[in-house]
Amino acid sequence: MSGKDLYRNRHQVIQVIILVFAVIFLIRLLYLQVIDTKYDTLAKNNAIKEIDVYPTRGMVYDRNGELVVYNEAIYDLMVIPRQAKGVDTAKLCSLLGMAPGDYALRFAEMKKQRGYSTYKPAVFAKQLSLRDFSRLQEYLYLFPGFYGQVRTIRKYPHRVAATILGDIGEVDDRQIDKSGGYYKPGDYVGKSGIEKVYEKELGGTRGKKFVFVDVHNREMGSFSNGEYDTLARSGDNVVTTLDIKLQEYGEQLMKNKKGSIVAIEPETGEILAMVSSPGYDPNLLCGAIRGVNYNKLLRDSLLPLYTRPSLATYPPGSSFKPVVGLIALQEGVQDIDYYVPCSGMYVFAGLSLHCSHHHPPARNIQFALQESCNSYFWQTFRNIIENRKYDDIHEIYGKWVAYCNSFGLGVKTGIDLPSEASGNIPTNKYFNKIYGVDGWHSSTIISLGIGQGEVLTTPLQMANLYACLANKGHWITPHVVKKITDPETNKDVTHPYQNHIININRRYFDAVSEGLLQVVEAGTAHSARVEGITLCGKTGTAQNPHGDNHSMFAGYAPYDKPKIAIAVVVENGGYGAAFSAPIASLMVEKYLNDTIQTKRLPLEKRMMEGNLLNKYGIKTNVSANLNAQGDE
Amino acid sequence: MHKAMSRFKQQESLTGKIDWFTVLLYIVLVLIGWGAIYSAAYADEGTSIFSSSINSGKQFQWMVASAVLAFIILIVDSRFYITFSYPIYGFIMLFVLSVMVIGTTVKGQQNWIRFGSFQMQPSELAKLGVSLALAKYLSGLNVDIRKWRDKWKAFAIVGIPMVIVAVQGDTGSAVVFLTFSLILFRDGLESYFLIIGASVLVISVLALVVPKFILIGVLLALAALFIYFSRRNRKLALIVAGLWIVASGYVLSVDYVFNNVLKSHQRDRVNVLLGKEVEKGKDWNIKQSIIAIGSGGVMGKGYLQGTQTKLKFVPEQSTDFIFSSIGEEFGFMGSLVIIGLFVALFFRLLHMAERQRSKFSRIYGYCVTCILFFHFLINIGMAIGVAPVIGIPLPFISYGGSALLSFTVLLFIFIRLDTQRYETMR
Repeated sequence: MSGKDLYRNRHQVIQVIILVFAVIFLIRLLYLQVIDTKYDTLAKNNAIKEIDVYPTRGMVYDRNGELVVYNEAIYDLMVIPRQAKGVDTAKLCSLLGMAPGDYALRFAEMKKQRGYSTYKPAVFAKQLSLRDFSRLQEYLYLFPGFYGQVRTIRKYPHRVAATILGDIGEVDDRQIDKSGGYYKPGDYVGKSGIEKVYEKELGGTRGKKFVFVDVHNREMGSFSNGEYDTLARSGDNVVTTLDIKLQEYGEQLMKNKKGSIVAIEPETGEILAMVSSPGYDPNLLCGAIRGVNYNKLLRDSLLPLYTRPSLATYPPGSSFKPVVGLIALQEGVQDIDYYVPCSGMYVFAGLSLHCSHHHPPARNIQFALQESCNSYFWQTFRNIIENRKYDDIHEIYGKWVAYCNSFGLGVKTGIDLPSEASGNIPTNKYFNKIYGVDGWHSSTIISLGIGQGEVLTTPLQMANLYACLANKGHWITPHVVKKITDPETNKDVTHPYQNHIININRRYFDAVSEGLLQVVEAGTAHSARVEGITLCGKTGTAQNPHGDNHSMFAGYAPYDKPKIAIAVVVENGGYGAAFSAPIASLMVEKYLNDTIQTKRLPLEKRMMEGNLLNKYGIKTNVSANLNAQGDE
Repeated sequence: MHKAMSRFKQQESLTGKIDWFTVLLYIVLVLIGWGAIYSAAYADEGTSIFSSSINSGKQFQWMVASAVLAFIILIVDSRFYITFSYPIYGFIMLFVLSVMVIGTTVKGQQNWIRFGSFQMQPSELAKLGVSLALAKYLSGLNVDIRKWRDKWKAFAIVGIPMVIVAVQGDTGSAVVFLTFSLILFRDGLESYFLIIGASVLVISVLALVVPKFILIGVLLALAALFIYFSRRNRKLALIVAGLWIVASGYVLSVDYVFNNVLKSHQRDRVNVLLGKEVEKGKDWNIKQSIIAIGSGGVMGKGYLQGTQTKLKFVPEQSTDFIFSSIGEEFGFMGSLVIIGLFVALFFRLLHMAERQRSKFSRIYGYCVTCILFFHFLINIGMAIGVAPVIGIPLPFISYGGSALLSFTVLLFIFIRLDTQRYETMR
């Protein structure tokens, strides 16, 4: 021992130092753990991630239960970058059909993507078909860190009705904003057709899953044993009103021709077929190939992406004449047996107008329709407009517009498709603007009487008009969806569709029907006559200042109990009787009899082979030759 | 027969003299640490705590090795450590130096030595060497720490390994050597060393936080007050005035030192601690550690239920930031228990040091206490955001073989010395 311990009391100083720091720590811990509660939230935000569970999209059937749109499994080849070591890159690239150097290139691209992490799976190759993936799968053991992830794309087994069924694509920013946070970038939604209109039903409801993620954002199991998770609800199935066989037949008939066919079941307003020609294989717009093909279709001069049946408008020509006749009869300006002599020429107010062809004088409206006598309907239109019952032309003309609108002309029919044109029935305002309030008379607008001039209708409106004629005075809002089926409960939901009643006496409709029957039996549409089927209809030739006239036909069958109303437009097809009437008759025959009579097969062949592409200034239909992947 | 009896007697007396309370505290802390390491490593359900594929399994092997080592230390006569203090110190110094030649680099620091699969940091052992050598030197017959001649020698014993370790890049371990100033203080080092040391620390921090001229002004006011009250004593007044000039100069030079002497990561750590804006991500560790501890609440999330820990948001979870795992899973109550256990251990060790008859044992006991305390202070302080990030382990708790072994040796040598507390040893 070396003397006394002089500083013995200093050990208390050290004790105090220890105590002071221990107390400082405890105060700090009290603050962090007990007083300040924000850290709990911060830890939860760190560790708990909300993951969307995507529902399967609903399927689409035709009216007979035939599957027309379904989901097909495809594979994304995923990679976890940090596990991808010792990969046989040459083999992988050759299996994927890539150049050997593309491997490094793909990785460079992935690194640029937002949220890239070497721990997180990234897409190496998108949307491989089942066949391509199974070929790859055998060798997957050579590629550590790589695996396949199943996704689904839409598949259209019948390859028709592309613009009607529609397609799906990535949601755009506007829709994301409008959805109030429901849609997220990269989500798929209906972009056109039924897919778009019935997005809510087909899309189903997303579920949510709460999982723990680690610091590298990898999933590490479910939070709270899935107590807060919600299940995804599959999309409803949609049963369309389309008869897919009829649709296919229509598209065959319209091959190499621009135009439309619209077929409606008059009793229900159900669309049986809606052909937009030229069409394209809807599978072209599915999956990885969508972008490239969309641009090709967009550049095609034949405008295959354009939904002609509801968007294209044409002067209806003679097909409009029944409307003129019906209004005149209802207004009482003439009766059914009104007689107009026709010398092939109509002279009126200094104008001299020509009838389309020579025929005996029309002694009643039936015969006028049968012969499509222009003079008769000019006179009829004049009678309507010059009706003394009304004070001035504006009043009677307003009445005329209202009649036309009640037939679904000049207004939208209200079909359940995303885009529809209203066509045109010129109004008082329109003529006042052009000619001045007192500057126009029946002679100024006389061409309306034969469906020329400013009148414009869509093929859909024409089919709908003839459905109304078939119904003798009323029409149901045309629609393409029959019912929505819940796949779990199998319960159906059907929408009631509005019944539009025309304020015209049924007797007049009977007279017009007789006339329309005679058109096919003995008149201008004789080429559309089918033995055993009482087809009623009216040809039309829409004047086209840019080239050959558009060929039109609208009608319905059978005469007694109509099952189908139809409108056909073939652009630059010449007279209605040339293309449209025969095509319509084949459609009707196919729908009603399911077969075409042997003696009519040459006609069918002629229609299918009829090629108007040279009239559109091109040699081949590019879009028709595009091939969807994996279709060989 | 007689010989065997006497040996039995000696054994009996040894077990009777061991301070079992300290051993118990040691065992409890090691077991808590082991559990916390398992929690930090725990990933898949069903992986055993003993599985050598995870850290807790490896730590178990170190625990067994530590137990064996502790047993060996207890049966070796205390005089061995006293007699061989200087050779042990010398050997360890050579060992530490050898790192620069045969060392392996781990996390940018070349201060690890590899024996097969076993890696260790000789700097851990340096603390043991210094403790033994310092105790030996200060217990010398004519040594008086108040004399500058002896002071320099004591400083050299501590300073040489400190500088070597610092040069090797392990600033954290080097800082630990500052703790020896407390031992020197206990044995007679003048108080002003501690006061000046504390003042330098406080002024450094203030100089980085408060505008400099305000700080100098405040210091001037303090000095003026002091001079006014002690104006009778002109000598003291002059000293205070001189101190003010030195302090002001220091304040002005702090920025220079901070920006040019400290490395960028050290600057960041200081800035994080002072709550200053740092580059995004630089404060990640400390933020996540605080979130982990703060989210523990009063009772904690439950063992193996810590999300910050499980999901690896806190880096260095089983080593430097082991306390955040305990704080998260056991909450304030768990923190309280850990701090309580450590404070109990420190007080017990101080009590034991003061009861030594031999000056060597007393000084060595202080060394052990102060080393453990300093690690406790820096490690937990760092985890709760009141000390800068200095990567040193929490004694007995943190994962790591060389740390556990060297703390065990350090502690059990003292426990062995304590068994001979009534003897005068030199």
